[in-house]
Amino acid sequence: MAIIEQPRTNVALPAGTGAPALVTPKEAKGMFARPVEPKGWRDWVFTVDHKKIGIMYGVVAFVFFIVGGLEAMLIRLQLAAPNGKVLSAEQYNQMFTMHATTMVFLFVMPMASAFANYFVPLQIGARDVAFPRINAFGLWTFVAGAIFVNLSWFLGGGADGGWFMYAPNSTKMFSPGHGVDFWAFGLQITGIASLTGAINLIVTCINMRAPGMSLFKMPIFTWMIMVVQFLLVFAMPVITVALFLLSFSRGFGGAFFDVKQGADPLLWQHLFWIFGHPEVYILVLPSFGIVSEVLPVFSRKPLFGYKFVAISGAAIGFVGWGVWAHHMFASGLGPISVLVFSMATMMIAVPTGVKIINWTLTMWGGKLRFTTAMLFAIGLIVEFTIGGLSGVTHAVAPSDTQQTDTYYIVAHFHYVLFGGAIFGLFSGFYYWWPKVFGRLLNERWGKANFWLMVIGMNLTFGPMHIVGLQGQPRRMYRYDESNVHARFWNAISTVGAFVLALGILCFIVNVVITHRSKNPAVKAPLDPWDARSLEWMTSNPPPAHNFDAIPTVHELDEFFHRKYAVDHETDEIKQIATAEQIMAEQMAHAEKDIHLPSPSYWPLVVSLSLPIIGFGVIYSHILIAVGALVTILGLFGWSMEPSVATKDDYEPPAPTDDAIKELTA
Amino acid sequence: MSTAAVAEHGTSHDDHGGGHGHTSTGLSNNKLAMWLFLGSECLLFGGLISTYMLYRGRHVKGPGPDQVFSIPYTSVSSFVLLMSSLTMVLAVAEAQKRNIDKAKLWMTVTAVLGATFVGGQVFEFTEFYRKGLGYTTSLFGSSFYTLTGFHGVHVTVGIIMLMATVGMLKSNKVPGDKAEVIELVGLYWHFVDIVWILIFTLVYLIPA
Amino acid sequence: MSTAVEHASLGTDPNAEHTEHAGHGNSHYYLVALALAILTGLEVLLSYIDIGAAFMPLLLTLMMIKFIMVVLEFMHLRKDAKVFHFLFWSGFLLAIAVYIGFLATFKFFLQP
Repeated sequence: MAIIEQPRTNVALPAGTGAPALVTPKEAKGMFARPVEPKGWRDWVFTVDHKKIGIMYGVVAFVFFIVGGLEAMLIRLQLAAPNGKVLSAEQYNQMFTMHATTMVFLFVMPMASAFANYFVPLQIGARDVAFPRINAFGLWTFVAGAIFVNLSWFLGGGADGGWFMYAPNSTKMFSPGHGVDFWAFGLQITGIASLTGAINLIVTCINMRAPGMSLFKMPIFTWMIMVVQFLLVFAMPVITVALFLLSFSRGFGGAFFDVKQGADPLLWQHLFWIFGHPEVYILVLPSFGIVSEVLPVFSRKPLFGYKFVAISGAAIGFVGWGVWAHHMFASGLGPISVLVFSMATMMIAVPTGVKIINWTLTMWGGKLRFTTAMLFAIGLIVEFTIGGLSGVTHAVAPSDTQQTDTYYIVAHFHYVLFGGAIFGLFSGFYYWWPKVFGRLLNERWGKANFWLMVIGMNLTFGPMHIVGLQGQPRRMYRYDESNVHARFWNAISTVGAFVLALGILCFIVNVVITHRSKNPAVKAPLDPWDARSLEWMTSNPPPAHNFDAIPTVHELDEFFHRKYAVDHETDEIKQIATAEQIMAEQMAHAEKDIHLPSPSYWPLVVSLSLPIIGFGVIYSHILIAVGALVTILGLFGWSMEPSVATKDDYEPPAPTDDAIKELTA
Repeated sequence: MSTAAVAEHGTSHDDHGGGHGHTSTGLSNNKLAMWLFLGSECLLFGGLISTYMLYRGRHVKGPGPDQVFSIPYTSVSSFVLLMSSLTMVLAVAEAQKRNIDKAKLWMTVTAVLGATFVGGQVFEFTEFYRKGLGYTTSLFGSSFYTLTGFHGVHVTVGIIMLMATVGMLKSNKVPGDKAEVIELVGLYWHFVDIVWILIFTLVYLIPA
Repeated sequence: MSTAVEHASLGTDPNAEHTEHAGHGNSHYYLVALALAILTGLEVLLSYIDIGAAFMPLLLTLMMIKFIMVVLEFMHLRKDAKVFHFLFWSGFLLAIAVYIGFLATFKFFLQP
């Protein structure tokens, strides 16, 4: 890893000429010697580089995508035919709970973090995020939490209350195993990761922008990410409260959900959905951001109504706070609450519609190029709109009362999450793969990937609308052979799930052959898509310091405006520079003295202390104290360590500036 | 747990700002992060306070609020916490005038006042327990202890932060701008105080 | 040597000007603390005397005045950048709106 901090002047210093530094090595290091320039795996584990952290987020999230996918396949196998025998009722409960938990918290959210970490600093022309070590902490905390949740499989079975874990159904009385405890504390840990990550990215967006980049010159992906981080900052504490109430009820006998004592069973539902509804937008807005980048590039037109898309994103985020009870229409809220939340829910369709219209009009009259990235983006518009429309039918409370807890709901949220969030993420994979890895994914495999996924998802989730309206209950673990309709449509859904899995397999194959290939054609050119935003104004993959010279921004779509200008005689848009020329100009003005934050052990230490506390909560209270002690010591080490390595952290110590001056004078 | 972890980060000086100290807004990254964190904490305490408000009248077993609360006693401890905000702001003011020694003194006073408050709370809890209000006794008990307990943990974290900062200042181990670190600890401390302003009125003074 | 240390000793941080403002003595802070103490006393007093329907609004108003005073004066938000206002108040106001809605669905405010 290129730590530019290491002074380049290799002046041989006579012994004892080290000038006094403000912080001596002993003080700076605390307990350990600092990892200054680690090699190999240590370079990744102790890194604070936002790009490496982004890649690791992506890899871990994808592993959990496969885990969650296998869980889904088991569910579909169980329902493939009447009287399924693949899973017992208990296992089935655990399977759908963990499938949803994994997909929501351990795949879509961290995969969005992967994109955000990698591209937000590049898109705003920064060298890193505002708090690089907190970034590393967020990654490892997420990994720790994700593993913690899944450990329950091996320690007595997973959580079994459904992903929204309604209490009192999830209290000790109805779910006596440790599954829910692992679930609650694991999500608490990943919540810490989300909260710190969100604070970090917001500060980055506010404070680390390149000169000239006003808020309304930020690329739209960065805009959507910023909105999502605000949602996270304000929604995470609500689920934190709910999870604490649940944990305290289960662990210490708190009365919160004890109906005998007069507890209101709606308490959990409200707290969960106050978090849960913003969470829906947390899942889907990053993908909206991705397709808002992809569509203009492959339509060769600027995004139609950039400001509207940005503001409608913020509006979705805001109105998303006032609609949570539409998940609870069947719970007996009372007519006034139902009316208010029903109206608010219909209102939120407006800014979403604005986005769909803007994307469509971006493509209108454009010179479309149907690359795989573009296909996924168009797929999102279509599939998300279908999901959005079934969503509006939920906003109508009387019809929702019929639909609640049927497969119709399952169909709806898979259209918006699979057809919305996941299609957007795949669009991002194909669009940004050359940026991250310097190689272009294979388009032929990519198209197979896309079409199999589109066909697969419609086969899987489409029939669920029908069986749902016919009354097939959600979370039903088997049905008997007399139900002809259920037999037919469930068989189709299972076939669809296999097609879907095949599509995802194509993606994996694509990645493998792309990276195995010796063909020079897979090497990505500097600007493979003729892109528009700042992240393409550097090499593929970017150097550790991102930009040789921090660009000064004059326009929205700065990179495009450096490449193209209007010819005043003919009024046509003409190319004035190539990407290579722009890069060469950047290099000519390269900054000489670039300081990058240095790697650190502390984020990892603090992250790993959290699951210890979790085990303590579940098994032995002594471990809580041990974990807390490690946390506190880690934080001490952290707060005493400067974010940039001091010169005497190097082995041998790097020459100080004064010493160099003296010697070269 | 989450709060403790994040709050400590607020004090660690991670602002590398590209190594030039220039930021887009000219404001400190650390301060932005701290204010954002405090905005987030509003939702945390809001949830706990709302749960308490919903449940405070529900006690099938055990005593109710008006049978355990002692307004004079809590008024005094509230006053102590309120005054700790004054000493905290004085510490920040001294730090900004580069009088680090005086700042250290005021921070120590703040920590002592905070510890007095926490001690008072512990005494209050034992008193309530004696009167028959345990954590599992009733919805009122569970929600009361959870809310005030969370606040108490926040105060305790604040005391640890204050003492740690004083210790690190003494041994000159604070990386970065000392006045800013003290200001950040101060922001956290005042926040804990304003949460108590809400709790004191909503929980203790409004009769159930 | 850490760049952050340099930057602080050069006094280029935005807090530097702010220091001058705070420099006009600490008496201001003592006054605020006094006002806070008096308001707290008033609150406690209110809870002992019976003033009927005006009790709740008055008590909540006093609470909010104390809250805002600490935020603006002790946390220096009054003289600080707008973005800090935005970050904090958006969290605070959102919390109030959401949780009032939450309690309203439980018919909390209709209780006698």
